[in-house]
Amino acid sequence: MTLGSVPPKFKVSIDRDQCMDCGRCIENCSYGVYRREGDKILIESRKCTACLRCVAMCPRDAINITEKPIDYRSHPVWTREAREDIINQARSGKIILSGMGNARDLPIIYDRLLLDACQVTNPSIDPLREPMELRTYIGKKPSKLKLRKTESGDVELETKLAPNLKLDTPIMIGHMSFGAISLNSQLSMAKAVAETGTFMGTGEGGLHKKLYPYQDHMIVQVASGRFGVNIDYLERGAAIEIKIGQGAKPGIGGHLPGEKVNEEVSKTRMIPLGSDAISPAPHHDIYSIEDLVQLIRSLKEATEWKKPVFVKIAAVHNVASIAAGIARSSADAVVIDGFRGGTGAAPKVFRDHVGIPIEAAIASVDQKLREQGVRNEISIIASGGIRNSADLAKSIALGADSVYIGTAALVALGCRVCGNCYRNLCPWGIATQRPDLVSRLDPEAGAAQVSNLIHGWTLELSELMGAAGINSIESLRGNRDRLRGYMLDEGMLKILDVKPAGA
Amino acid sequence: MCGIIGFIDRKKSRMDGSSIKAALSLMNERGSGDGAGYAAYGIYPEYADCYALHVFFDNMAEPKKKVDEILQQWGEIVHQEEIPTTPQPGLKKVHIPWRYFFKPSEGLMEGRMASENDVVTHIFMEVNANIKGATIFSSGKNMGVFKASGWPEDVANFYRIEDYKGYIWLAHNRYPTNSPGWWGGAHPFNLLNWSVVHNGEITSYGTNQRYVEGYGYKCTALTDTEVVAYLFDLLGRQHELSHEMVVKALAPPFWDDIDRMPAKEAELNKAIRLTYGSALMNGPFAIVVGTENGIVGFTDRIKLRPLVVGENGSRLYISSEEAAIRTLDPEVKNIYTPRAGEPIIGRFIE
Repeated sequence: MTLGSVPPKFKVSIDRDQCMDCGRCIENCSYGVYRREGDKILIESRKCTACLRCVAMCPRDAINITEKPIDYRSHPVWTREAREDIINQARSGKIILSGMGNARDLPIIYDRLLLDACQVTNPSIDPLREPMELRTYIGKKPSKLKLRKTESGDVELETKLAPNLKLDTPIMIGHMSFGAISLNSQLSMAKAVAETGTFMGTGEGGLHKKLYPYQDHMIVQVASGRFGVNIDYLERGAAIEIKIGQGAKPGIGGHLPGEKVNEEVSKTRMIPLGSDAISPAPHHDIYSIEDLVQLIRSLKEATEWKKPVFVKIAAVHNVASIAAGIARSSADAVVIDGFRGGTGAAPKVFRDHVGIPIEAAIASVDQKLREQGVRNEISIIASGGIRNSADLAKSIALGADSVYIGTAALVALGCRVCGNCYRNLCPWGIATQRPDLVSRLDPEAGAAQVSNLIHGWTLELSELMGAAGINSIESLRGNRDRLRGYMLDEGMLKILDVKPAGA
Repeated sequence: MCGIIGFIDRKKSRMDGSSIKAALSLMNERGSGDGAGYAAYGIYPEYADCYALHVFFDNMAEPKKKVDEILQQWGEIVHQEEIPTTPQPGLKKVHIPWRYFFKPSEGLMEGRMASENDVVTHIFMEVNANIKGATIFSSGKNMGVFKASGWPEDVANFYRIEDYKGYIWLAHNRYPTNSPGWWGGAHPFNLLNWSVVHNGEITSYGTNQRYVEGYGYKCTALTDTEVVAYLFDLLGRQHELSHEMVVKALAPPFWDDIDRMPAKEAELNKAIRLTYGSALMNGPFAIVVGTENGIVGFTDRIKLRPLVVGENGSRLYISSEEAAIRTLDPEVKNIYTPRAGEPIIGRFIE
């Protein structure tokens, strides 16, 4: 091999004075960094992914991991990444795979938006002492009401309300399939959403029977591969989501490596054991907006118009017009997944270069729907890179009804964002199907962690709203008057319809 | 701060503006001398069929010509004149207040914008957004708004408010915070027969503004109160909701209360919150709205601003302070403070 090896990404070392030779690092590392030879623990740094499982489990804090111990000659154009990608492709002739979301150092718009608070002229509201309403309904709403007066003088409702999902907090967990993640991960999240009064997505992997007890809190997904879809599956879900695309890889389909397709996954997805599950780039029955309309109606007919149907699209350049088209169908919500959305496996060139930021997408979709008078026809669910309650509050102020979190929920389960989800080796028992690894994640403990996270964000959102003098989430939604841009250019401020700080 | 007054004589017996002036001046410590205003209904019986358009002109050359032009395009100016004023030492006259009595022509608009009200709304939005140096600040029938920057007595004397006799009066003593003390920013805010006086600050303004702008209203007054007039016009006129239902949409019951209601009532309240979530007004406020059928007073859902009600026979009084009501009517009976979000409605008795 004329190319030789590239420098290791991480350098692992053990402080031998601290080490008590317990071997927990060897047990815990599924990537094979550590091995025992004689009475010594040897280290193979090149295998390390910085998943930090060994660090977390070492009772003596004896392990140290440093990033990029050997660097290339610095160069502003030919970065380490540029050079290594070329070396990799020269070697393989293939598409470069990657995990998680967009890893480029582009400015994060959320970090350049500032929230407002009350001083003097209006009192802030203390959520500990006053009611604070976060209840959110996801689904179609009438644009006006027809009321009639009965003979006895009572007012009665003539308009019929479409089915809506009732959320106690505007945070849902997005779609991560059984297959991509373990059953214990899904169980943890399912228990958490049931406890916190919200919902999670099944992903494109069917619904395992162990999740049936939580089905009233599950949104079942119909994606281009149709894995796991049958009438029983549709009927179990609280809502149905058609996945057109995702933010990490707009325009292409999903990929579950065969290593992760064990017996349970194969049964739940209804695919052969050990086979790669590759969903097509488009749905082959949806080549146009009218085809989507038909699929939405078919799903509604199949479930007797009792369930909301969502449509998930990646935030691409024309996202606002696409969403307006979806709003004109019988769909109840549109999920917009921004270019920071995570994934188990995506071609790196897609992850890093295709799609637009979620902040700009929310703003332009909300604006377009209002211009066309169809904002009430559809709820907006924003996702892709939402990291904390501030991102959540800003998403809602830009115009979203609720958010989906993905990576944040996994981090609450232990994920350290090492980005090796596609290898079936996740040492945290999350993105793996290996029974010994999966058993590391206790669904009870996992559920407590995820529901703690949702509780924590909910409390923070209440405080942020109270400080802004708002006691109902409706009054935060689309309230861009309570946002200011800092270090954002004029063009972006215009798209976001937000004033600069100080104005 | 800010002090507000709403008055209605439900038998349409008219009262002149002198006692309103006295009551409003009593609340001077709620104001700062930067703005005061009055709205009176029933003051132009001789032109009852015409829209009384009150306009602030910066000068009588360009803006006046443009407003004349737009009005002549859309209908007939039955009569026009400068609104009579008396100079006041404490009030700097920066605009020329003018009034038109205007009759829109029918058949110039199609579809959604077919009615006289739609034509006048269109002219109102067009002039205020696009004609520099002209602001329409009153546009109803047989009613008018009189406002300026200054203390309530000065504004009242400037407009000779005691010369007008009305069966509804609204009045406002302003302490401006979120917009300059310009004449157009003083209350009452008006569109068609809707007039609004407001004490407080609407923290949901951005949401409410986005909502009404989706229906073609343009927020041009640089202050949050005008959106209330547009919300009443949208929900009350265009969506044909009763005043009670409009208040339910703007200051709805809490979900916890809705959950405890009987099924049918809960369904109705849920439908209102789902449909009109963007119309919900948050933040501290006490508001009185004048309409062609009466007056409506209400506060925010946790009552962060004061509102007192008094009655005496056919007369109903609403104000920020009991003392103001007692100044208006020393014989007043049945004084009470309404609950948060509870609408106080005074309608004419036929």
